[in-house]
Amino acid sequence: MTHAWPSADTSRVPFWVYADPVIYAREQESIFQGASWCYVGLSAEIPTAGDFKRSAVGDMPVVVVRDRNGVANVVVNRCAHRGVQFCQQPFGNAREFMCPYHQWTYNLRGDLVGVPFRRGLRKQGGMPADFELEAHALQRLRVAERHGVIFASFNDAMPTLEDYLGPTMLEYFDRVFDGRELRILGYMRQRIGSNWKLMFENIKDPYHASLLHVFLVTFGLFRADQPSAVKMDEHGRHAVLVSSKGDQQATDATAEMKSFIADFTLHDPTLLQPVREFPGTATVVMQTIWPNLIVQQQSNTLATRQLVTRGPEAFELVWTFFGYAADSDEMTRIRLRQANLMGPAGLVSVDDSEMMEFSQQGVRCSPGSAAVLELGGRDCDDAPHMITETAMRGFYKYYREVMGLSAASA
Amino acid sequence: MSTLRDEIEDLYAAYVDCLDGGELDRWPEMFTDACLYKIVPRENFERGLPLALMLCESKGMLRDRVATLRRSSVYAPRALRHLVSNLRIKTVAPPSPQAPNPSPGKALEGSIHVEANYAVFQSLVDQPTQVFNVGRYLDQLVREDGQLKFKEKLCVFDSVLVPGSLIYPL
Repeated sequence: MTHAWPSADTSRVPFWVYADPVIYAREQESIFQGASWCYVGLSAEIPTAGDFKRSAVGDMPVVVVRDRNGVANVVVNRCAHRGVQFCQQPFGNAREFMCPYHQWTYNLRGDLVGVPFRRGLRKQGGMPADFELEAHALQRLRVAERHGVIFASFNDAMPTLEDYLGPTMLEYFDRVFDGRELRILGYMRQRIGSNWKLMFENIKDPYHASLLHVFLVTFGLFRADQPSAVKMDEHGRHAVLVSSKGDQQATDATAEMKSFIADFTLHDPTLLQPVREFPGTATVVMQTIWPNLIVQQQSNTLATRQLVTRGPEAFELVWTFFGYAADSDEMTRIRLRQANLMGPAGLVSVDDSEMMEFSQQGVRCSPGSAAVLELGGRDCDDAPHMITETAMRGFYKYYREVMGLSAASA
Repeated sequence: MSTLRDEIEDLYAAYVDCLDGGELDRWPEMFTDACLYKIVPRENFERGLPLALMLCESKGMLRDRVATLRRSSVYAPRALRHLVSNLRIKTVAPPSPQAPNPSPGKALEGSIHVEANYAVFQSLVDQPTQVFNVGRYLDQLVREDGQLKFKEKLCVFDSVLVPGSLIYPL
């Protein structure tokens, strides 16, 4: 399979990007282990010294741990001795990490501090005299933390997280993560049988939201005829979809949407009684931060969604729902209730997880075919509406650059 | 003469029948009007985190779940099969004239605290049957008009990872 892009612009996306193991391996190297800030967790998950959580960057398992100075460290979950994944607890508190196999011991920064029988036993065996603990630390990643959100990178020459996000994306990031202390409400995890990019595309694709999601459309939570916008950073790698809630009513737009059900009402409408809590008129802001984070603000349900790749045809989606430490009990109840919209059992998001698997089933056997992304034109400019696939085109423009892929005739 | 245990086992058999048999409209009717239904991953349950995958706080919300998956959700066809076993009647709290005041892990006044193990198998098109979800029911039953009904049903599932989508209630 040659990897020539089928169009000069990104109005076509070849199906081989979704299933080819060669492409997948290159993505791990060039994207997840390349010049990216990857989301690994929230500070509120590891509030005190010694707290740790298991996480992942692409498919690489990592441990996020707060050291005695209060700094978050991210190390690869792989002993420097024989490669054992030493940390098996999803969350915990540790004074140090000890690989259970041969008890090599590391401090919370990942430095190797102890090797049993290093000097041998009764003058027999042991490590060579020139064995240096310093040369065998756990692999450490660069770490950036902003307003309680932790990112890590394998790349030593990363710009600051703020420069990486760019001014427009930073503004939306700071909208939810405004520096207030967060409170973790819980997790949802699902394994979806599709390529990870289909998830990212899904959140950059407002077209589907106003058609597929009958629930959103019917109850006015996200609809093509509401004030909305698609914005990106200068590279097209990060994006936001911004929209505002409307009423359940038929309009000229709903006539185009077979999904609008006029007589669908809820027995218990408390689910759809959001509280206004953010400045401005937007009630939905879905942000995609390259390459593995979705920040969800739909009404009052807030979550990070972390993409963990599991081969070309599967990924895990880790949803961490949160509120603010200062939330009232009532606000927490509202957030928990609205969480019904999202996750593996979400009234809305099951449509997406199902559709991504349908997509994978369709693209898997046809690497020579390509997706057509022409809604809203063929460019990658911001749009003051949602009848566009511009953010997907922007994503693939940057993807091609990072992956070193180019058009056949270029 | 049927015992309380027989009656409870019949309720669970009917519950499973209603879900596996596609008679979802009957599902909300097996709960009291004021009820609580939750599907919670083990990690949230064990760490005291309140988030549920499904949270229905009234019979109305149970009906809305059914209506949504009937009318608006888009998903691949599937067959589900529940096996419920190791039913334990934990406590039978005597009736009280006062309104019940639920506190987690404690039997409501006038209620029966029942626990059981469950396994749900899922069969999708083009795929062999998979073990979809395994866990425990932690339930509170009360008698309403002579019928046992669920006042609370908490499904705590063991593998925190859901394969694909969780469409139907457990």
